[in-house]
Amino acid sequence: MGLYIDIIKKLAGFRLQVKLSCEQDIIGVLGASGAGKSMLLKCIAGLITPDEGKIILNGRTFFDSAQKINLPPKDRRTGFLFQNYALFPHMTIAENIAFSLSDLSKSAKNKRVAELMERFRLTDLADMEKRYPAQISGGQQQRVALARAMAVEPEILLLDEPFSALDDTLRIHMMKEMLAYLKEFQGCTLYITHNIEEAYRLCNRIAIINNGSLEAFGLKRDLFQTPVSFATAKITGCKNISPAIQKSSHTLEVPDWGGIQVKTKMNIESGKGFVGIRANHIKLADDSTQENCFSVWIADESEAPFRTTLFLKIGSKPCRLDDYHLQWEVSHDQRNAIRQLTQPIRIYMPPGQVFFVQN
Amino acid sequence: MISGQDFMPLWISLKTALTATFITFFLGIAAARWMFKYQGKFKTLLDGLFILPLVLPPTVVGFCLLLIFGKNGPIGSLLHAMGTTIIFSWTATVVAATVVAFPLMYQAARAAFEQIEPNLEDAARTLGATEWTVFWKITVPLAWPGIAAGTVLAFARSLGEFGATLMLAGNIPGKTQTIPIAIYFAVEGGQSEKAMFWVFIVMVISFTSLYLLNLWKKTGNKK
Repeated sequence: MGLYIDIIKKLAGFRLQVKLSCEQDIIGVLGASGAGKSMLLKCIAGLITPDEGKIILNGRTFFDSAQKINLPPKDRRTGFLFQNYALFPHMTIAENIAFSLSDLSKSAKNKRVAELMERFRLTDLADMEKRYPAQISGGQQQRVALARAMAVEPEILLLDEPFSALDDTLRIHMMKEMLAYLKEFQGCTLYITHNIEEAYRLCNRIAIINNGSLEAFGLKRDLFQTPVSFATAKITGCKNISPAIQKSSHTLEVPDWGGIQVKTKMNIESGKGFVGIRANHIKLADDSTQENCFSVWIADESEAPFRTTLFLKIGSKPCRLDDYHLQWEVSHDQRNAIRQLTQPIRIYMPPGQVFFVQN
Repeated sequence: MISGQDFMPLWISLKTALTATFITFFLGIAAARWMFKYQGKFKTLLDGLFILPLVLPPTVVGFCLLLIFGKNGPIGSLLHAMGTTIIFSWTATVVAATVVAFPLMYQAARAAFEQIEPNLEDAARTLGATEWTVFWKITVPLAWPGIAAGTVLAFARSLGEFGATLMLAGNIPGKTQTIPIAIYFAVEGGQSEKAMFWVFIVMVISFTSLYLLNLWKKTGNKK
């Protein structure tokens, strides 16, 4: 049981190559725009035909280039939620939800639509079923799209950036709601996003796609704690990553960070690679620690509603605003505390948070 | 004057225009649909060929049709072998009108198809629809305003067809003499009152169909 994918799809100047297998789970597919995330979903749904490979869901072969099997999308029963919902604008809400139920009798269809509308909380307006998609709110549109996708009783849910069209308040609300539905759902869910936070909140496992190929796949905590590659670190939102040279089994020299030597808890096996630390893992040094402490100057800062990012230069005074080595994320309280200090200030990189990747 | 008027050109024109519109409706949609999906290397070339009758002088279209449907032409020789010909027959008026009206229908339908969000058709597919269902339940309804506009333009164009019709079908009163041809020969024969009458009729029909289209679009938008 579960999903097995091993496909290659070549386009002019682009190549999608993904091998992945999973059990019933919520999987986030994370990657930059144009990395091939949507294409992967469309291959599973049958909207795009891969050049070669296999797609098997719960023992049913969707696609197998060797055996020349290619089920049309209508026979795959995938629940696809499109980015802007793709509700049929010329059909009412009820007609949209009932679109896949054309085989049922009229009364059975009505009953099923009513059930789905109840389940997806589409009952707050009395004449909801008679309205057109343009006449309801963004959150309601998403519920309709989900109800419509669920009407086919899918074995897999494919969600293509479902929250990108919603404003921030609604997004958090709909995300909570979505998570409740996804937990109820008996099957795999692939959830595409380029928003790191969304992926982390909604999914258990995360697959990282970079330039058409699967870069990493695993439990979200592992993936964020110890990225396996440069691209994984970047895509999971690591701001500080730089080429490094091994000095001893736990020490690295970082030429681009003013030639400092950084200690990590990880065992370093190969000579060259990249060292990284997340912007929020850097700490203000206290007097007792000496190891992994560095003197830094603040080159620039960028204030967000709840956090501030400081741009730091190690070892010497910055000469321009963009003359920096590290990004450091601090709370506003911390920022105020730092303001009392005279530069250079001392920062500390906990060796447990410093990671090393080979590629 | 009206009582003594021979109304044959009106009936011939209407019959021709309606038949040509009917044919071009399906041909144009089919060609537009096919070209919309077709991604081969001849796409630009074929597109140009389909639009060509719109920009060519009608006499050139007429001449080409004569070549095709003439005794030695590819279709003409076939018809000749079957003991028939369409030249100087009512069918010829329909052929000429269809050929010149086709690009308008084709262009309008293709533009309408291209405007449809591809996700909508894909969504229908994942919801279990066959390609046939997708086309009739999603594509055509969403493209309908464009298709309707194309149909009206095609009708107006086939009603006004003159040059190619004259060359292929000639001027046989009661058989191939459409209104535009009647006007031309009326003017040439010095019967300007008769010409004026037909000019008026054509203007009324053409204007009415465009007016109805705009009216329909306006009420459609209110929904």
